[in-house]
Amino acid sequence: MTVLKERIKENSFSVVRNENWTKPIYETNGLNLWYGTSHALKNIELSINEREVTAIIGPSGCGKSTFLKTLNRMVETAADVTISGNVTFKGNNILGKSMPVEILRSKVGMVFQKPNPFPKSIFENVAYGPKVHGIRNKAMLEMIVEESLKKAALWDEVKDRLHKSAYSLSGGQQQRLCIARCLAIDPEVILMDEPTSALDPVSTHKIEELIRSIKNDVTIAIVTHNMQQAARISDRTAFFLNGEIIEHNQTSTIFNNPADPLTDDYVNGRFG
Amino acid sequence: MHMQTEQIRLRHMKTRLLLNQISKFIFMLSAFFGLFFLAVLLVRVVTEGIGSINFGFLTGKLSTQPERAGIMGAILGTFWLMLVVAPVTMFVGVGTAIYLEMYAKKGKLVSFIQTNISNLAGVPSIVYGILGLTVFVRTLNLGNIVLAGGLTMSLLILPIVIVASQEAIRAIPFHLSEASYGVGATKWQTIQRIILPAALPGILTGAILSLSRAIGETAPLVVIGIPALLIPFPGSIMDRFTVLPMQIYYWTLDASLVSEYANLAAATIIVLLVTLFILNATAIIVRNKFQRVF
Ligand SMILES: Nc1ncnc2c1ncn2[C@@H]1O[C@H](COP(=O)(O)OP(=O)(O)O)[C@@H](O)[C@H]1O
Ligand SMILES: [Mg+2]
Repeated sequence: MTVLKERIKENSFSVVRNENWTKPIYETNGLNLWYGTSHALKNIELSINEREVTAIIGPSGCGKSTFLKTLNRMVETAADVTISGNVTFKGNNILGKSMPVEILRSKVGMVFQKPNPFPKSIFENVAYGPKVHGIRNKAMLEMIVEESLKKAALWDEVKDRLHKSAYSLSGGQQQRLCIARCLAIDPEVILMDEPTSALDPVSTHKIEELIRSIKNDVTIAIVTHNMQQAARISDRTAFFLNGEIIEHNQTSTIFNNPADPLTDDYVNGRFG
Repeated sequence: MHMQTEQIRLRHMKTRLLLNQISKFIFMLSAFFGLFFLAVLLVRVVTEGIGSINFGFLTGKLSTQPERAGIMGAILGTFWLMLVVAPVTMFVGVGTAIYLEMYAKKGKLVSFIQTNISNLAGVPSIVYGILGLTVFVRTLNLGNIVLAGGLTMSLLILPIVIVASQEAIRAIPFHLSEASYGVGATKWQTIQRIILPAALPGILTGAILSLSRAIGETAPLVVIGIPALLIPFPGSIMDRFTVLPMQIYYWTLDASLVSEYANLAAATIIVLLVTLFILNATAIIVRNKFQRVF
């Protein structure tokens, strides 16, 4: 626990520095979501600051994934949902018809809990996004693939077998490949839904390092069940419970000095 | 006490082992039952027909004299029929499957369509013949040409192709589509670049297997009215035609009058079986070669 607190202190330093210039890239107002008649998100008011890592924590089934998938409107793809309220991305309402989901998703990438590379080569996996957006030039694609794999800290491991199947990689490598695939569209935000929960500690560490190294360029919202992880990598933390936000604040405050006793109980492992 | 249970167990052990042997024997018997009759059939067909298979038989025209008769017309007819059936069923079948799996909102209408497709798969083939006769031959006034027969056969196997394609599409895990949508791909891009390539082996397997059903089917063509007369080789889908199973049918009918026709029928069966065997082998190769792990 003391190690954890020290890490938080290190981290809070960067929070203070960030405080001066970050502004919200996402804002939600009175966001409600229903799966059929089941009320999954209740009056969510949350802003996600540009170039920060926002951690979303809370027990299973409290609506973390639902919230994350609302931010790129993936939630509507998988199920019949009713949404009310406002979600703005850089000031534009994303819930109306005015912004096609394809445009939104070309600026907001997503990494899923289970690594989900395509049944294609490593190269084709990373090139998929740019190709979908109309980039055909081979040299340009090669450049994007190399750059994205480097950012995802995977280049050295795969540069000699770019045309091998993505399934020949280990689970941890596959997840970094998925992050590279996401980075290849040059997103402004990356949504990560428990990206390390299916991985071993070493792979988890690599992905945390990777998040640290890209956070100056992209905004990250990450759902995690791992309290230490939230403390290590995030600037702000939102605590969800039963579809509501109980508390949202700087990570150091959430972990060291939470306002709500429920938050205190949760981050100290007394339920969840 | 201990002795007693020991005895019971020993006696029981004997019956258990015996039952074990007997059940194995019963299942083996049922497996060999089908195999036995298939073997009898094959042996009979081959002994009766192999003598008639030669270059002249494979490349010749029909003739009233059994020793001069050939089945090139029927082979070409089967070929042209496939050329209609394969593209029509692939396009309409895969299209329907994509619509039902990817676009249609799950609801009453879709489950109504789905139920009907499943029911259509069970409709006797002769009913399709009547449909083809009414719609293609008479109403559209195509006559009994390859196109009319091909469209009829397409309707016949369409339900199978649709269901097989739907199953192949449904087998693609949703997380792959999700990943594609996630980088901003449209639904069509996702279908085209992720779903179809991954589902293709399954779709092709289903399509090839149902094609082999269309090759062997006779009843609908009897209804449409395939001439038993001597007609020129079909040169396009607009020509009148006959197919291998029709030829088997006519020769078998005539065998009571001229016994040599029985040999010709058997020889044609061999040709048909070899064709079907090649198609089915292709289906298996396609399935194994492109099998993917997700
Ligand atoms: N596709 C769906 N259809 C119906 N209910 C769902 C669906 N996905 C999630 N839910 C429900 O919504 C609630 C929130 O789920 P989720 O967002 O996945 O929680 P978390 O990610 O925090 O574990 C749960 O009660 C869950 O059962
Ligand atoms: Mg979840």
